[in-house]
Amino acid sequence: MTTTETGQRPPARTFVARTPPLLRRAAGIGELWTFLILAALVVFFTIAAPGKFFTTYDLTQIAVNAAIYLVLGVGMTYVIITAGIDLSIGSVLVLAAVAAGEWNIHHGGAGAGWGTVAACVAIALAVGAAWGALQGAVVATEKVPPLIVTLGGLGAALGIAELATGGQDPADTAANNLQNTLGYGKLLGIPWLVILAAVVTLVFGLVLGLTRFGTHTFAIGSNPAASRRAGIRVGAHLVKVYALMGLLAGLGAVMWLASYGTTSIAGHSTDNLKVITAVVLGGTSLFGGRGSVLGTVIGVFIPAVLNTGLIVIGVQQYWQDVAVGVVLVAAVYIDQMRRRTRERN
Amino acid sequence: MAEPLLEARGVIKRFGHVQALQGADFAAYAGEVVALIGDNGAGKSTLVGVLSGVLAPDGGEILLDGAPVRFGGPQDARRAGVETVYQDLSLAQDLDAPANLYLGRELVRKGVLGRLGVLDRSAMRRDAVRAFAELGVTLKDPTVPVAALSGGQRQSVAVARAVAFANRVVFLDEPTAALGVVQRARVLETVRRVADRGIGVVLISHNMPEVLSVADRVEVLRLGRRVASLRAADTSIEELVGAMTGSLDRADLPSPQEPEMQAEVRAESRPEQRLEPQAEPQPSDEEVR
Repeated sequence: MTTTETGQRPPARTFVARTPPLLRRAAGIGELWTFLILAALVVFFTIAAPGKFFTTYDLTQIAVNAAIYLVLGVGMTYVIITAGIDLSIGSVLVLAAVAAGEWNIHHGGAGAGWGTVAACVAIALAVGAAWGALQGAVVATEKVPPLIVTLGGLGAALGIAELATGGQDPADTAANNLQNTLGYGKLLGIPWLVILAAVVTLVFGLVLGLTRFGTHTFAIGSNPAASRRAGIRVGAHLVKVYALMGLLAGLGAVMWLASYGTTSIAGHSTDNLKVITAVVLGGTSLFGGRGSVLGTVIGVFIPAVLNTGLIVIGVQQYWQDVAVGVVLVAAVYIDQMRRRTRERN
Repeated sequence: MAEPLLEARGVIKRFGHVQALQGADFAAYAGEVVALIGDNGAGKSTLVGVLSGVLAPDGGEILLDGAPVRFGGPQDARRAGVETVYQDLSLAQDLDAPANLYLGRELVRKGVLGRLGVLDRSAMRRDAVRAFAELGVTLKDPTVPVAALSGGQRQSVAVARAVAFANRVVFLDEPTAALGVVQRARVLETVRRVADRGIGVVLISHNMPEVLSVADRVEVLRLGRRVASLRAADTSIEELVGAMTGSLDRADLPSPQEPEMQAEVRAESRPEQRLEPQAEPQPSDEEVR
């Protein structure tokens, strides 16, 4: 909580702090390190490829690529702050996309009207939220750890999607109306996908940082027993958090259909790892209780910037995976160190 | 004395085969510090759990101001003005002190923002600083996570939380166990001050000199029953220890009829400890509610 609060200040200014204690506090903010890494990457690529990296086209491209991961990352931030994890998001996205896509196929196909588009959006969101709530309800029993619940969910959701489609991506799953607006459309030069992701991020960032719901999320991740004694309905809250994750996976499905026009059944098996990496890079603790949506935003953009940047400077973009892997381990190492220093006090 | 603020009559609580409370009685009066003592596994924490709404009793009754009540959970007890300071302090380490003070009963802004659940942080911070000042504690920075505070300060946060909201009874489970000499004196001073406000303070402690110095009355639990209720001024450490271990008042106990069962309970007193609420939450018990 304090993390989010302080994190809302411009981190750079906090770093140029006057007194050592403030400096130490700034260094304790999870977002700061990753923000500096992101800033360093941008500076590096801007210098390495002058006039090529820092162009509107590349920035837009980076933002579009990041939009879906950002939406998923916002949900994952909540889940990880409760000391949980959700491995199923890629499969839930596929299941929601298939459910919406099948409806579209039978209600107009590519030329479907706005009524069908609205129904498809509603179906994707409902399927995602329902799947998430189901997983949350199992997690809330505290009998099966979230890792296993959502690993099971990962397999089951993908299996159902494959059963429904025979394992092949069906044609005509996205209406032109959806693709031409949300998919390729722009407002004042900014893609709708990016605007949608920004709104989702802003809303749920504020909810996490400013509301009772957000505080309870942190409290549950910090100390579930204390939260229960304080009268917080821990189980119900966990159901809501996992349902939110599912809902955002459903929204991710809509964005994917709009952007790519296909369900990509086989294309989402590493979404979970990418999103968890982004959230952890952003300073959210895998042990729960600490984290912020702002950090996740930074965490999502690091791989995105690396990817584009490496292509622009002509290095194989597979180096991105290597770099992100190293930074991820370092981030968790720092988190652990910080925790231990804190406990020594 | 007048009617007790909070009273237990013949409370029974079982955990599987272990009967942690076998008809326990207890009473807390307004303006009085009562110490609840007993050997490990005597049922102290279970009794506190029942009286503070964490555990549902299997039998007996609880009276609040003389009227029978049933707490559906800790929040029911809290609503009735019964607060608990748990041995593990029950703080959310990653939240700051004001957020911990208001955990589960956060203040929200007025109007639309409040309906959306937006917190009124400045009001919570203000109240928190005042609540800590009443305990003679000043927090240098009330916005740091509780984890960054010292053990004594953390204890103060937990005590302040209970005291700020209690208007009937405060339970303090081993409040000084983790503290240094100075902080210990300060907590005991606080205990006295809270009782002087007309609140019933229940002190669970192992420390006999401490019990005798701060408590007005001492209730002794043994094998899930109250075996003695003594005025602190009229008793001694020897008498208390005797009552706790049963070496002085064998006659009060029904052990002659059921010696084997007693032995069994004794033997299982260690696992029973594990079941005590502050050691670990009881999901199965909470599901019942």
